[in-house]
Amino acid sequence: MKVTFPHLGNLYVPIKAMLDDLGTDYVVPPFNNKSALELGTKYAPELACLPLKITIGNFIQAYEKGADTIIMAGGWGPCRFGYYYEMQREILNDIGYKMDMIALDVPKGSFKEIVAGTRKLAEGVKKLAGGWNINKILKAAINTTIISCKMDDLERLSFKIRPREKNRGNTNEIMKEFHNKVFSTYGSSEIKKLIDDTGKKLLEVETDKNYKPLRVGIVGEIYTTIDTDTSFNIQERLGDMGVEVCRPVTISGWIIEHILKGGLHLPRDMRFAEAAKPYLGAMIGGHAQETVGNTVLFAKDGYDGIIQIYPLTCMPEIVAESILPSVESDYEIPVLTLIIDEMTGEAGYMTRVEAFVDLLQKRRESKVIEGRMVLSRN
Amino acid sequence: MAIKVGIPRGLFYYRYYPLWKTFLEELGAEVILSDYTNKHILDEGVKSCVDEACLPVKVFHGHVLNLKDRVDYLFIPRLTSISKNEYVCPKIGGLPDMVRNTIKDLPEIINTEINIRRSEKNMWKAVKEIGSYFTDSKFQIGKAYNKARKVQDKFDSAIRNGRLPSDILNSFQMNNLNFSPGREEDRVNSSSGQRGQSLLNILIIGHPYNLYDSYINMNLIKKLRENNVNLITVEMQDENIINQKTKTLNKPMFWNFGRIAMGTILHMVEKNDIDGIIYLMSFGCGIDSFVCDLIEKRVKRLSTIPFIVLTIDEHSGEAGMNTRIEAFIDMIRWRKKDESNVSALR
Repeated sequence: MKVTFPHLGNLYVPIKAMLDDLGTDYVVPPFNNKSALELGTKYAPELACLPLKITIGNFIQAYEKGADTIIMAGGWGPCRFGYYYEMQREILNDIGYKMDMIALDVPKGSFKEIVAGTRKLAEGVKKLAGGWNINKILKAAINTTIISCKMDDLERLSFKIRPREKNRGNTNEIMKEFHNKVFSTYGSSEIKKLIDDTGKKLLEVETDKNYKPLRVGIVGEIYTTIDTDTSFNIQERLGDMGVEVCRPVTISGWIIEHILKGGLHLPRDMRFAEAAKPYLGAMIGGHAQETVGNTVLFAKDGYDGIIQIYPLTCMPEIVAESILPSVESDYEIPVLTLIIDEMTGEAGYMTRVEAFVDLLQKRRESKVIEGRMVLSRN
Repeated sequence: MAIKVGIPRGLFYYRYYPLWKTFLEELGAEVILSDYTNKHILDEGVKSCVDEACLPVKVFHGHVLNLKDRVDYLFIPRLTSISKNEYVCPKIGGLPDMVRNTIKDLPEIINTEINIRRSEKNMWKAVKEIGSYFTDSKFQIGKAYNKARKVQDKFDSAIRNGRLPSDILNSFQMNNLNFSPGREEDRVNSSSGQRGQSLLNILIIGHPYNLYDSYINMNLIKKLRENNVNLITVEMQDENIINQKTKTLNKPMFWNFGRIAMGTILHMVEKNDIDGIIYLMSFGCGIDSFVCDLIEKRVKRLSTIPFIVLTIDEHSGEAGMNTRIEAFIDMIRWRKKDESNVSALR
């Protein structure tokens, strides 16, 4: 059995460590690339959302490298993500890629269905771990969570350092080196050490202490915001333009809030829902509530602007998009919405981002002058 | 003067109008409907709504604009879930918020959440909340709801017996619940099919708000009837058969429409006594993008029934639509006529 899994930003780091610890054989699919998307576009339904297309591309490319089993998470709607693994199974089956699917899905439904679902889930975990060594499984689960937290901390640190660095490109070099080195590590302890070392290196980067960067909040659908390859590295590029970015939706957040606390029915951090309440009264699936709520929280925190990113036809984000103009005018914070699909051109996309940053810059300058603005044509 | 409550003629109007109308009128409100979908409503809706939304949601915005200046309340309940363990659609769940934040100067919206995903009891909670806009008496609300439920049940059973909601709703009156003219009579009246053509049984799958709004689907139903087609819709299926069939799925569908469509198809493919399947979807519909693909795969894998997908959006041209429908029907007829001439030994 050779396991593979879909890419989602830095998700491969904790998953790789987990599979190393469990001693399972695995293939990390090639990083998200154009041909993965082309493969996915060819086989997935035309109007399916982008993440489905990319993950199908991931699986086909991993299959070609020898993978025969897929680990995939599931859910219970209303967002389409919940039905992803069924779609992927059907599509791969139709085009002749025989792959097993281990679905990590919390069982729901009638009592009988829950029992059957739990059995299926347990079988999947057993297959993955190569036996019922509870100690090993728990340890791997805990380490995965810790590494995903560390990874997100590292990413956050890079968002802070990048706009302030004195020599442009230092941070990118360090991060690039990190991603190359991940593949030469084995197991969770080595990865943890690598992350800590990289964090130290980032802190040693020469920075301009007096520079006050523009601050932009990134909200939107989880896949396209977290996966930098899909969003044309927007976070890195904004950093290179001297903009500090913050992205509240993270992998560790998803694991802790959604899977652990949600699965065990523990109270969750619902600040965003509270903030979204006046605009969006209920959970409608996906991350719509997070998008609206975090936009409000960013605005209150004094951020300069918001960028919303989502894949074409994403249902919850369409609702959020139609609500954001109200937040925009209530809190006077500019919002840019970027929609990504397989036809998105990089040049047009970056032009919009650059124009948005220029706008934020001008806004800040005019605030500084305060009312004594002179129109340039006069 | 009675309180005027506006119901936009879009989305779940095609499913729950008898229930809502009866309930609101029993509580003393005056129900006002928006006009039938027309070019103006569509254009205004497209202009006001975000570009990425699907056609029926845009049309719904147009209906709200059509209504907003003539009513005291707008009735747009938040339909999160209308069946156990299932959702409707994120866009419909967020509809009142979409409308509220897109269109300015609206009358108050009745946006009570209807969510019976966990328990049927929540329905009564929602009913009480809606009723409290008009009266304080729980007894009166209960009475009105019971009556409305009865009307809705009658409507549902008329549909299960082969009537189409669009035929009933156009002449729907609360005191005239005679939905009964038999389907045969109705079909003969409404079809001017060419003589000598045999009747085709075609299953047509689509959300009620696409299927029964004759403006946005460009008179699809009329056109099919003129071609001597007997229409079968997913609403006509028996709930028990659907549930039995969907049990065979690897993972249960968590969308109400998805489960019904999937169950119907599995049943129809097994029975194999229909002549064709038409799937009507609106561009950008998230649920259809998955359900349609799954259905297409099943139909291709398990049967030889002809299958066509018609996609509609605000740019759809009628000529293209006609061509596709005609070609599909011709193909079925030729197949019926000629295939029996082919020698069995191929």
